[in-house]
Amino acid sequence: MTQAIKFYQTGTFTVGNRLLQPEQRSVQSSIERNNSLNSGHRACQGCGEALGARYAVDAAMRATQGQLIAANATGCLEVFSTPYPETSWQLPWIHSLFGNAAAVGTGIAAALKVKARKAGLAESAVRVIAQGGDGGTTDIGFGCLSGMFERNDDVLYICYDNEAYMNTGVQRSSATPPAARTATTMAVGPNPGAEFGQGKNLPRIAMAHEIPYVATATVADLHDLEAKVEKAMSVHGARYLHILVPCPLGWGAASSDTIKLARLARETGIFPVFEAEHGEVTRVTEIRHRVAVEEYLKPQKRFAHLFAGPGRPDLIAQIQADADRNIRRFHLLAPERSQ
Amino acid sequence: MQKPFAITLDPGSSLANKTGSWRTERPLYVKRLPPCNAECPAGEDIQGWLFHAESGDYESAWRQLTRDNPFPAIMGRVCYHTCENVCNRGQLDASVGINSVERFLGDQALQENWQFDPPKTVSGKHVLVVGAGPSGMSAAYHLRRLGHAVTVIEAGPLLGGMMRFGIPKYRLPRTVLDAEMQRIVAIGVNVQLNTKVTDIVQTMHDGGFDAAFLAVGAHIAKRAYLPAKDSSHILDAVAVLRSMEGAEPPMLGRRVVVYGGGNTAIDVARTAKRLGATEAIIVYRRTREKMPAHDFEVEEALQEGVMVKWLSTIKSAEGGALTIEKMILDEHGKPQPTGELETLESDSLILALGQDVDLSLLDQVPGLVLKAGVVQVDPITMMTGHPGLFAGGDMVPTERNVTVAVGHGKKAAIHIDAWLRGAVVSTTTKSAPASFDRINPWYYSDAPKTVRPQLDIARRTSSFDEVQGGLTLANALFEARRCLSCGNCFECDNCYGVCPDNAVIKLGPGRGFEFNYDYCKGCGVCATECPCGAIDMVPEAM
Repeated sequence: MTQAIKFYQTGTFTVGNRLLQPEQRSVQSSIERNNSLNSGHRACQGCGEALGARYAVDAAMRATQGQLIAANATGCLEVFSTPYPETSWQLPWIHSLFGNAAAVGTGIAAALKVKARKAGLAESAVRVIAQGGDGGTTDIGFGCLSGMFERNDDVLYICYDNEAYMNTGVQRSSATPPAARTATTMAVGPNPGAEFGQGKNLPRIAMAHEIPYVATATVADLHDLEAKVEKAMSVHGARYLHILVPCPLGWGAASSDTIKLARLARETGIFPVFEAEHGEVTRVTEIRHRVAVEEYLKPQKRFAHLFAGPGRPDLIAQIQADADRNIRRFHLLAPERSQ
Repeated sequence: MQKPFAITLDPGSSLANKTGSWRTERPLYVKRLPPCNAECPAGEDIQGWLFHAESGDYESAWRQLTRDNPFPAIMGRVCYHTCENVCNRGQLDASVGINSVERFLGDQALQENWQFDPPKTVSGKHVLVVGAGPSGMSAAYHLRRLGHAVTVIEAGPLLGGMMRFGIPKYRLPRTVLDAEMQRIVAIGVNVQLNTKVTDIVQTMHDGGFDAAFLAVGAHIAKRAYLPAKDSSHILDAVAVLRSMEGAEPPMLGRRVVVYGGGNTAIDVARTAKRLGATEAIIVYRRTREKMPAHDFEVEEALQEGVMVKWLSTIKSAEGGALTIEKMILDEHGKPQPTGELETLESDSLILALGQDVDLSLLDQVPGLVLKAGVVQVDPITMMTGHPGLFAGGDMVPTERNVTVAVGHGKKAAIHIDAWLRGAVVSTTTKSAPASFDRINPWYYSDAPKTVRPQLDIARRTSSFDEVQGGLTLANALFEARRCLSCGNCFECDNCYGVCPDNAVIKLGPGRGFEFNYDYCKGCGVCATECPCGAIDMVPEAM
């Protein structure tokens, strides 16, 4: 009789829950999790990228029973995790250049394939991920990444998107959202912050390559993120996972608000969370409690100019319009709530 | 050591880098006082017993509950559950059905025949308890568990006091009452029924008692001056309810008028209806908003066809005719007469105007202070002005209900125990409140309150069957799991998961978590994402 009860006090929103069966709990709730990115790394307080990387790589480690190699682009993640001679990584890990993480991943995958064939196996038990920030992914490493997609190389590429070049001092990338202030898009003039209508939406570009699997996730929804990594590791070929990771330093937010901001990005529709296979959206994570974009923008100093003095309701309205378009495009609201 | 080209240092782990030195604030696990626990007049650890119930471990839940209150099955029926009014979940969707889960646990205990553990120690002291109502039996239970010999002396023929002679059967079935009373007797409490204590000091001396707890209740009906002819059939509510326990139900007639606006007035009107009165009419001098009776009881009475004449007083009674005067509320909300009269025919008039305490056993007790018809006690210790003589329940200045009385019994027992040992109860500072603003509601899934079944109206007015049904095994578990666990860790693993620095150590089931301050940078993500507000951020000493 008791097994009929699906309600676990907090549902599956928390990391774990003593009432859940162990196999229903997240990787992160386990005492035995790998801690692929170990303590002592030099990421800022409340770093979303450090969190996102541990979430994703730990899940990939579980999915591959620890048979995993990571190639890393230059960026915060690389700098804060591996100041010579220390490393925070608890898996085989290589850093080459800023722009070539996807190509390094491709090379490792090719080498593993050869080794497997020579050993008389159909495929390698060891799998490959390549990872980088939004700069190394959407700008500098974009050519290599597109090539990896196009050749359908057996690599999961994970982009930890904190929406600017944070480690070099918060410069704009092609993932920086409109109106955000960065060191290179100052909050001055008639159109303060980053331009509207520019930048790249890499998950949609990845979908255009019609690769086996594309997904987005945030550090605010661990169960969803882990399920997507698991799914990605269950298929072969080129796969792309884009994780929104708030940056307290670059966004001008409280270090304690990292997860809250990621949650608001999803609940406003600013960051659509979905999965796609071979170019088609197969599943979206619906908005649970829809909120206006102001809720998301206000706690971030990079958007402070939208609220100072008379404020810029016109620009906020444009951001809201973008969020609304995402909601329409990805059907982020359940039908009965969209009216 | 031979090193590759351009390499001069051995590879190392970042664990060498103790990032804890960056910290300006440190997270601390705290236990805060949930609003339900703070509110409970019986001092129950509601959040604590719900925690066990959430995992389906009902026996642990029941044992946790009965540490403070030995009557869950009674409480789950008659407690006015003020805890639910302050439940933080009420600000989210609807408060947790604490009362319904409590009843479920109580019923489960009766079904499974769970018993209390006998006392582990023997103190050699003997304590007298006068009155076997909720307060006296609660005190007897706690005193016995603390190792004292306990004798309960009761004037009436059965245990339960006002729970038996004041609360109708349709709210509290007597099998339930008897079972929870007997469970206390079973741990070795001596009971003398049908014995009225007339002189407390003499009784204590004769029996060699080291201390006494008085809880005789308030059983004397208040009278109002009412010009009435002899032929008028006027009864008091306490007597009517008490006679319901006898073999012969009272003869009330077809048209019954009840005078008063408290819970007793409601109880007696509903009882009259069940005894076959075609009309049961309550006459009350103020409005429904001003009525002291609990609104849900008024509502249930109205559903059963009880009628109420609001803003009315009874001027006089002559034979079967009552003269009613219409009232009007003045600017202070006080009822004032209008001079407008009407006549109301009735077969009997029942007065429910409150009760007084029979204080005759306290004549000439040195040091004892009586004021406004009740015994004055130290509100902390429940001790009267006479050393070793404690009192509680309806006979001391208080809100009069079962839960408060049970709380008095517990409080007095703790202080009697200390007094007997020549000790003082250490005043523990209460934890800071677990307020709603500390809750992170995102993490709680939406779950509406489970509604208990109610008996059909037809059967409610024709029988004394229990009106309120109980929860089933399945929905009791669901309801328990609606608890937010305000201010107390429930091991959701959030802090362990959300730390970007792996600086939270998970100790394993039931053992909680610890911070690893070597690496904790003090970002505060754990505190923000803790669903129940069990983590504080405190500044580091610089």
